Order: sequence, then structure tokens, then C-alpha cells
Amino acid sequence: MAEPLIIVGKGMAATRLVDELSQRALGRYSIAVIGAEDRLAYNRVLLSPLLAGEIAELDIELKPAAWWKARGVSTLYGRAVAGIDRAARTVTLEDGLNLPYGKLVLATGSRPLKPAFPGGELPGVATFRDTADVGMMRAYAQRGARIVVIGGGLLGLEAAYGLAKAGGNVTLLHLVDRLMERQLDAEGAALLASAMAARGIAVRLNSATKGFIGNGKVEGVQLADGTIIPADLVVIAIGVRPNTDLAKAAGLAVDRGIVVDDGLASDDANIFAIGECAQHRGCVYGLVEPAYEQARVLAMRLAGQKHAGLDAAYPGSLLATNLKVSGVGVFSAGEFEAGEGAEIVVLRDRAAGIYRKFVLREGRLAGCVLVGDTQGALFYLGLIRSGQDITAIRADLPFGESYCADGRIGEAA
Amino acid sequence: MRVDDTLPGPGMADAAIRTTCPYCGVGCGVLATPDGKGGALIAGDPAHPANRGRLCSKGSALGETLGLGSRVLHPLMRNEAGGYDRVSWDIALDAVADGLKAIIAREGPEAVAFYLSGQLLTEDYYVANKLMKGFIGSPHVDTNSRLCMSSTVAGHKRVFGSDTVPGNYEDLDCADLIVLVGSNTAWCHPVLFRRIQQNRNERGARVVVIDPRVTATAEDCDLVLPLKPGSDSVLFAGLLVHLTEAGLIDQTYLERHTSGFDATLENARAIAPDLASIALRTGLNANDIAAFYALWAGTPAVVTAWSQGVNQSAQGTDKVAAILHCHLATGRIGRPGGGPFSLTGQPNAMGGREVGGLANMLAAHMGYTPVEIDRVRRFWNAPNMARSEGLKAVQMLDAVAEKRIRALWVMATNPAVSLPDADKVSAALNGLDLFIVSENVLSNDTLAAKPHIILPAAAWGEKDGTVTNSERRISRQRGFLPLPGEVKPDWWIICEVARRLGFGAAFGFRNGSEIYAEHAALSAFENEGSRDFDIGAHAGLSKHAYDRLKPVQWPVPIGQPQGTERLFADGGFFTPDRRAKLSTLAIPELAAARSDAFPLLLNTGRVRDHWHTMTRTGLSPRLSAHIGEPCIFVHPADAARFGLAEGGFARIANAHGAVILKVSLDPGAQPGSLFAPIHWSGETASHARIGAAVQPACDPYSGQPELKATPSSIAPVAYASQGFVLSRGTFALPAGSWWAKLAVEGGEGRLFATDATLDDLMAAVRDAFGTADLIEMIDRDSGVYRCAVTQGGRLTAALFVGPAGRAPLWDTVKLAFADPQSVPENRLALLAGRRLDGAADPGPTVCACFGVGLNAIRAAFTGGGTVTPEDIGRQLKAGTNCGSCLPEIRRIGASARETVAA
Repeated sequence: MAEPLIIVGKGMAATRLVDELSQRALGRYSIAVIGAEDRLAYNRVLLSPLLAGEIAELDIELKPAAWWKARGVSTLYGRAVAGIDRAARTVTLEDGLNLPYGKLVLATGSRPLKPAFPGGELPGVATFRDTADVGMMRAYAQRGARIVVIGGGLLGLEAAYGLAKAGGNVTLLHLVDRLMERQLDAEGAALLASAMAARGIAVRLNSATKGFIGNGKVEGVQLADGTIIPADLVVIAIGVRPNTDLAKAAGLAVDRGIVVDDGLASDDANIFAIGECAQHRGCVYGLVEPAYEQARVLAMRLAGQKHAGLDAAYPGSLLATNLKVSGVGVFSAGEFEAGEGAEIVVLRDRAAGIYRKFVLREGRLAGCVLVGDTQGALFYLGLIRSGQDITAIRADLPFGESYCADGRIGEAA
Repeated sequence: MRVDDTLPGPGMADAAIRTTCPYCGVGCGVLATPDGKGGALIAGDPAHPANRGRLCSKGSALGETLGLGSRVLHPLMRNEAGGYDRVSWDIALDAVADGLKAIIAREGPEAVAFYLSGQLLTEDYYVANKLMKGFIGSPHVDTNSRLCMSSTVAGHKRVFGSDTVPGNYEDLDCADLIVLVGSNTAWCHPVLFRRIQQNRNERGARVVVIDPRVTATAEDCDLVLPLKPGSDSVLFAGLLVHLTEAGLIDQTYLERHTSGFDATLENARAIAPDLASIALRTGLNANDIAAFYALWAGTPAVVTAWSQGVNQSAQGTDKVAAILHCHLATGRIGRPGGGPFSLTGQPNAMGGREVGGLANMLAAHMGYTPVEIDRVRRFWNAPNMARSEGLKAVQMLDAVAEKRIRALWVMATNPAVSLPDADKVSAALNGLDLFIVSENVLSNDTLAAKPHIILPAAAWGEKDGTVTNSERRISRQRGFLPLPGEVKPDWWIICEVARRLGFGAAFGFRNGSEIYAEHAALSAFENEGSRDFDIGAHAGLSKHAYDRLKPVQWPVPIGQPQGTERLFADGGFFTPDRRAKLSTLAIPELAAARSDAFPLLLNTGRVRDHWHTMTRTGLSPRLSAHIGEPCIFVHPADAARFGLAEGGFARIANAHGAVILKVSLDPGAQPGSLFAPIHWSGETASHARIGAAVQPACDPYSGQPELKATPSSIAPVAYASQGFVLSRGTFALPAGSWWAKLAVEGGEGRLFATDATLDDLMAAVRDAFGTADLIEMIDRDSGVYRCAVTQGGRLTAALFVGPAGRAPLWDTVKLAFADPQSVPENRLALLAGRRLDGAADPGPTVCACFGVGLNAIRAAFTGGGTVTPEDIGRQLKAGTNCGSCLPEIRRIGASARETVAA
């Protein structure tokens, strides 16, 4: 009799866990996936191109229904979980259904942050998280509405780009003096800002939102300096917060996210958390790659697989940010400023809007920023992760893997 | 002009015009087919006896050097602000004539001098010589040939009584032994070298190379004798002794045709008493010397050929005589395959000698005896004959410095670069009361000394006349391009000045043909076999016949229009007693010895693909691709001793001046000796004008300076960074930078080294090119900065710099820069400085004729199937034209085999 495994959440982390697990221990668990959204799991990263109209809604589906079926997974979609009884090892759905579990995985993701600005309740003030949001936003954009996107991070940029591409008249507000300030240096951010401007997006930096105005629906955004920017739609995209309500209610240790160890277990050995809701070694990751890595490690654990005689362990992820909106690639990983002891290599092509910055530390790649052209991002990420000495390829580093791989150096001997 | 009876060979365009190469003294025939756009297609002339269709890398690239971008096209006069105003020919010529008149009136005719050039045509030379020596009345006519082969002239005259080259190039084809003395024939006379090699390969001729420096020439020979600098005469005195002791003296010839043998032999015995002494004095291995003597003694068909290693010496005349003595003593002269042979350096040094355009000649192989002066006076109907020998080049410039000469007219040469003590020369020129320069180019080091008047002279391809090569062969150099701008032939300029000086009647020549006819008539005037130079058969040559003149070897006396192949087989020397005169030599020694302060001997010379001060070869990218930077070639042991590293920099200094050159380790260099190319000037490099560091010590007979053994010191020079810059126009590097300019396809290239910071360089780049179109890579901590400027997607400029010793390579960037159509798909990758498909990156050029790079040749060798240079020729064409790269290809093959074996 297979042990019952319940996965709460049906996003990208959950899907990857099922995939990994079915490859490693098909049949060992009887898996049930429970999701609040009444549809198949989809790739959230593709919401921005979906918004832009570059792809169709079907294209974002992660796996077809048959895939889930073939793996014997029970899918309970459109049904939210009401609570966890850790003593009884059951999960109760809002419709009263009680499901026993041997192992429980929380992959509940995150929710958009929506600060309590005055007027925040007005119709037309939205966040950008799921396909329902996309449909609504796209309707505004397509009729040429004036749209203000608040937040110049990854999410805000993707929203702004998608809305502009769909026909919206978009203004992007950002609180500080540069876009993606947690991933980009000043030059990279400036280049990104001009690339956004070139795509018809009015970028306003140093713009703190004071509130929203409007009569019955939002009509404008008021800035701290008193400026009012007219708006038919406001999209707040200033970040996300881990969705930890269930865990908290169940009495699990929760900080910003559900606290997990290197085996992705919470303080209850039978309950695990992965993805954006999890907090590992103090870090909450808002990106897909750590979630996938966590899913892989957890799958190995659940399958009882060891690596070199040891239990699989998640060591944490190196943060790499990838903004991929048509024609404006932005990649950032590791250090991006010239801190103490760091050395900088820069490659730039102003006219083409390309900027590449490499932060080196003791002969190793400590971080990089790629704007305009992200070719080689994975190669660089690999170098950052491996910490290998790159002295021999330093002169060729900015030109990508192929230049570094052939062992020839573009200098006289 | 169309040459009806010398139609080009099959496959040649009808429009091809037969002319003669303007470079070395081989005097190769060239077929030039004008393209109607100011350029021309260049090919070797299969019908010319000097080259039979072959051309060397330099000759092959002539078509790339015809542009007008660097030319002076209008007369210019210096204004009070020190700048130049364009003036009419009338104003310029009046200024020349009035200036000369005033100085002659004030200081006398001997305050006036001409400094001419082996690049002038015979006709130009003739009128210049006539004007000065017969009409102005000054003997001070000298020429850059003084630096080239005047020791040979003096040696020939001393021994033969005349400046006569006895043999010809066919001797190189049929000799059984060819001895090359002080001659890097492979690089400096490549077409003759091919003939020698062909003889060696097909007939088994042996080749001996005698040169302190083991050069490319020595890579294809049977015996290398790297003797001590200045010891040539010891070796040949020893040979004379050996020949005597071996009983190989041709007593009959000696008795009938020579004088002075006994004293000469006694002197030779004193200089070279025995093998051990010779070994000691030459630094050679006694067995090698003995082998050489045995070979020479046992091979009647022997040619001993020499170049500047013999000539450019304070004892050059003796060295030439020592060689001539051996040939005379054995009667090995003037016979097919046997004789002494001077390989001349310049295209018309011989023509200048024939005219008498040297300070120690009067005219037409006549000197300054009263009889000769009177004869020439009568022929010219000259009012003001020069009465005694004039000042030779080095002394002439001393006289300029001392203001004994107040007016100097320089034609077709660049003495501020090429004369020894060149800094002093520049200063002296600058102090002249009247300084006139006839030039092709708008800017060079001599023009930098600020002449009062600059006269735009016709260049190769435009000018029309005759030149004489090393084997006495007179060939037509024909014009095939129109005279650009207001450019005029040198003879026209000289005649116009003569007319303004009141000598119009004697200079009423309408064309070069009339001048040549008069020159020929003078050669025959009251000659009757008394003078070797007699081209009397050409005295009545019509313009039509002159234009159709086929290459011919003088003497061409009346009744012998076919010319003369060889002389002296049966004596008939041009001394008063018609005997060759053997005489004693001075004890062989250098003009200046090494000292603690200056422990090395600085040798200077040519490299394969450049000519003189590069005003022409410097325009050809492929010629700049072989040796692109001014280098100092140093033996590895000396490099270790003085702390020098390959690719680093060194300051070479002596009592005369200093240069900074790039270090190139050369196992062929003799320990204790340095070699520097002569080609770089203030125009083409920042610190490489080697003339500034060459001593002015001269041969007492020839006045030729010892350019190949100046005691010098060497010390490493460190720069923080090294790099290159490519630009369409001139890019100003930060002050103090070392640089060398190279022609690159599409613009100007400079290799540089500097102590300027990256910020200085980046600021210079931004000043020059702005920032909008700038692509750059910055790695401050590594000292690396690279940038490229594109316009419309095309690369228009690039600057790469890296830390010293890690200079970026530019071959790939040059390719992108060269192609104006190329819009690189990945602009950023330009800054990588290389392409990923290694085969597309040719590397440094090895074969300049076909533009084949080192990488392609190396790949062919290592790829298997390619074993010999001939295989390379079949696959890549490399080495199949001039062949001057064959030694290099062989070397690449050898190292590739080692690599594969390892």
C-alpha cells in the first residue's frame, strides 16, 4: 500500500516535485495535489508574454491532464485547504473533505504585496499574479487605457512590458533611483530604463506612491510630491509575500516563510515546504530555479535516494535573476557592485544597448550583470557557482562560453 | 605608351606597359596594366632577362603603392609662420633660381650642393650633374648611393681602373660555386636568390654564405661562415695566400693583365699568415675556413657576390679589392659562371654612377684630370666647370652644418633618416640659407627639417626614362600613369631652373629621350675604347627608338648595339697600362671598437618586405605584415646578459644618439652584435630612426660610412601597456608613447606601448571618436582596455591595450577593419580580438605575395600530407612567386614536425 503524499499547491514547485518523484519512485507514494485555482498547473514565468500577447493561454500549461493521470496523481483543483491536523496527519479541505497523509508538502507559493495605500480598494487597482489578473489587465491594455505599474523590479517590469506590448499607455513608477536595484548596478539599470523607454514605457524613478484617487473607480495615482498621474488601471507589482497561513495555523515554525532545513523539512518531520513559501537558511526565494532545485532534493529524500552515500541536501541557491522581455534581456547573479576586494570587467555597446559586467574576486567570478543580451548567462552562473579560477580565461570571459572553451587566449604569448 | 615590338606575352592584357621595378638593384622587368582609376595591375615581365617574369614580395605589391593620398601634388613654399603656401611652378622655380643665384654671387658656386638619389632616373641624374658641374661650377654633387655601393665603385676603380661590373646574372645560373659576402640575398635581392637556388637545386651549385649574421640566406646553403664584423678582408687575403700555395694562380693572366701581385701577396700574408691566425681574426672555425678555401680553389666557375656587408664599411674599398684580387689571381673573371659581382642596392645607383653623379666622378665614368675636365667642358660647351672632386655625402652634410654649403637641393631621398648621425643632419638641413627638396611625398623626416621650397616630383609609374641594374643592364622605366596634380619629372624641374639661371641653351631638352641621347653621346665622346662606359650606339637614338628600347647591357659602343655580356676575360682594363692593379690592404679593423660603455656592435640593414624609408612599401598592408615593427635583433645570450625579453623594448644608445626598438631574439645574430632595420623614420615610428644612432666614420677612399658596426649599449625599457590602434585617420596617442605605424587595409594601424593610464587612453579615444558609437571592454585591474568604433555597423576604428608583455593580437580585428562591406554580426565579439574558427584567423603574414599567414601554413604542415615547402606552394600558393618566404616556410615546417613528433 503506497504511502499517501499530499502536496498543497499546484504551481511550478509542485509540478516539478511530482515530475522528479515519478522518475525516482513511481508508485511508492499515492500522490494528491490540491490547488485553489481551478485549472491545470501553469508556468507563471510566462504570464508576462501571455499578457503581451506573444503566446496563447494554452502555451503556459506546464503539463497536460494526461501527464498527471499517467503518474496516478489525484488532482483536486479549485479546492482550497482549510487546515492541517498534524496529530491526526490529515488535511481538511474547505468543503470538509478529510485526507490522510503520510507526508505533506506545502508548496503554497506567495501572494502579491498590496500595501494599504489610500484608495487601494478602488476598482481598477490590481496586482499581477495569475491568469485571471492577466485577462483583466490585457482587456485594459488592448483598449489603450492609461495604466500605471508600481514597482520597477522584475515583476513590475514584466507587467509594464506586457501591458505596453498589448497596447496600454504605460507609466512605470519606481520608488528608488534605479530599476531592479537589488540586481543591477547604476549603468545596467540606466540601460534597462532606456530600453523600457524605447518600448514606449514612461519610467519614473524616485517616485513614491502616496495613494490612489478616483470616484467609484481608480482615476489616478498621487505621488508623494503631489504629482497626479492619470490612470485607468493601476497594477501594484512591488513584490510578493510567502503564503504561510496554513503553516502558521498548523503551528509550524514560520518566519518570513515556512522554516525548513537542508532536507526541506519543517519542524514537523513529516511536513515539508518548497518554493516561494519556504524559508531556507534565512532566505526566501521568489524565483523558479531555487524552487526546482528544492523539488529535486526533496524528491530524492522522499524516494530515499542518497548521493554519494549521503542524504540529498539543499545547500541554498545562488540568486540569479533573469528578466526576459522581448529584446531586453537582463540577467544578474551574485555580486553586482564593486565591493571591497572585487575587480570589475565591463563590456559595453551603447548603441546596441548591451552591457555586461563581471565582478571578480580572487580570480573567481563572484557575480555578473548582463543587460541587453543575456547570452552565456548559464555559463556565467555555472562559473559563479563552481567558484573555479577564471584567471586563464579572464580576457575572453565577456565574450561567452565558446571563447572561453577553446583554450586560446586573444593575446600574444 | 604602347610598346609595339615588345608585346606582352600570351594572356597579358594589350594595355600592359613594360617598365622596371623601382626597388633594388636587380632591376626586374614589370608589366603594368593601368586600371584607368589611378592604379595598375602588376606582373613580372617574362621577357625581361633580369627576372624572367618573377617578382619579389615588394615588386608584386607595387600596385598597392600607387595611391595619391600621401603625395605632394603642388609646389610649396615655406611662409614666415613656418607653414607652407601652395605656389605656382613659376614662383617656385624663380625662387629656386633666384636663391641659388644670390648664394652663388655672395658665397661662390662651391656654397651650392645637390644631394641626389639612386631612385632618380639616369636622365634626371644627367641634367642635375651637368647643371652643377658644368654650369653652376660646383663639384658638390653626391647621392644616397654613397651609402649603398660607393666602396664598390672605389674598389672597382682602384683595381680595374673603372667602375665596371665584369659579369652578369647568367653567371649565377651557371656558376658551380656562389659565395655571398655580406649579403642577405634572400631578403634584399629575392629574385636573384631564386636564380641562385634554382642553380643549386638543378645543377648542384654550392653556396657559401659569409656574413656575421646568420640570415634567411644562410638557410639554403652549403657552408655558413659567420665571421667577426669587419674581418672579410682577412678571409679573402687568406684565400689569396691559399690559392698561391695551392698553385692555382693563373700566371698567364697575372702576367698579361695585372700588376702589383707580389706586393699584394706579401700584404695578404701579413694579414692572414696561416689558418690559425685567420681563425683568430675572423672568429671562424679553422676547419670551416679550410673547407671554404678548398671549395673556392677547386671550383673554377665561382661567383663571389657581395652587398652592403662589404660596402658599408670604413674599409669597404679594401674589402672589395680583396675579393677582386682572388678572382684576378685565378683569372676567374669575365667568364660564364665566374667572376666578382657587386649586388647593387638601388634601382638606379648604377645609372647615377654612369652619369657621374657622385662627388668623386666628373661625368660618364670620367674623373677630374685636366684632360677629362677639358673634354667634358668642350662637349657640354660649359662655362663654369668644376675643377676637383666634391664633397661626399657625410662630408657634404658636415659642410652644411659648418655653413660652408649654404644652399642644398635634395632630390628623391630622405637624408634626415638615412645618413649617419641623423639628428645632426636634421639640424644642419634646418640651418641652410636655401634648402630645396624635390619629393614625391607630402611629409617625411627631411621635409620636417623645413625646406624653403618643396617641388612635387613624378613618382614611379609616372616618370619615364632609363635605369641600370647590377649587371650593367639599361632598362626603360616607363610611365603608365598620368602626372597627378602639378607634378613634374625631375629632369624638367632641373632644366627649368637651369633656364632661369641663364643656361637655357644647354638645357633645352624636350623629353628624356633627348637627354639620354646626349648622355650616350658624351659616353662615346673621344672615347675610342679608353673608357668602359660607352653607349655610343644610343647617341643617335630617336624618341621612337628610345621608347622601344629593349634591356641591354653596356658597353653599347657604336657598331655593337647588342651590348656586352662580360668584360675582362682577356684583360683590357681601363687603367693607363690596361692592367688591373692589385694593391695592398690596410690592416683590417673596425672604425670603432667595442668598449665597456658600448659593448655591442650595432648593424643596420633591410628587412624582406620594406624598402628604404617606407614611403612606398609603407603603403602596402601586406608588406607591413611581415615585420611590422622596428625591432632590434639580439642573440639570446646577449638578451640574457642585458636583461632583454622577446617582445619587450630596448634602448640602444651610443655617442651619436639613441633609439627604442622592440626586442626580437635571433639565434642568427652574432653574440656581441645587434641588428636594426633601416626603414623606420620619424614619420613611421616614435623612437626608431636608426640613422640617429649610426656613426659617421667613413672609408677613406669611397667616403662610405660604416653603417654596420657602431659600438652601442643596450638596456631594457619597460612600458606599462602595449596595444594597437586602427583608425581611418591619424589617432593621437598620449605623449611619450612608443609607436610604430603600419599600413593596414582601410586606414592606418599603429602598434604602441605606453605608460599612459587606461583613463588617459580612454580619454583620448573619447576625444577622437566620441562615445555614441563606441563599443568597449574595460578591465582596469588587468590593465586591459579594448574599444571599437562602428559607423553604419562597419568598424571604423579600434584600440586594444593590455599590460606590457601581453599585447593584444590584431590580425582578426584588422580583417574586420579592412573590409568596408563587412558588418559584423556580433559587434561585441570584435573585442574578443579573434575568431573562433581558427582557420579564418591567418596570423602574421608569411607569404606577402599571396597573403598567406603563419596559421594556415602551420595548419597545413600539422594537418598531415604536407611535407615540403613545395607542398605548401601547391596547396596555398605560398612561396611560389618571389620565394623570399621559403626559408621561413621551411622553418615553420620544421617546428611543426617537432610539435607533431612531441
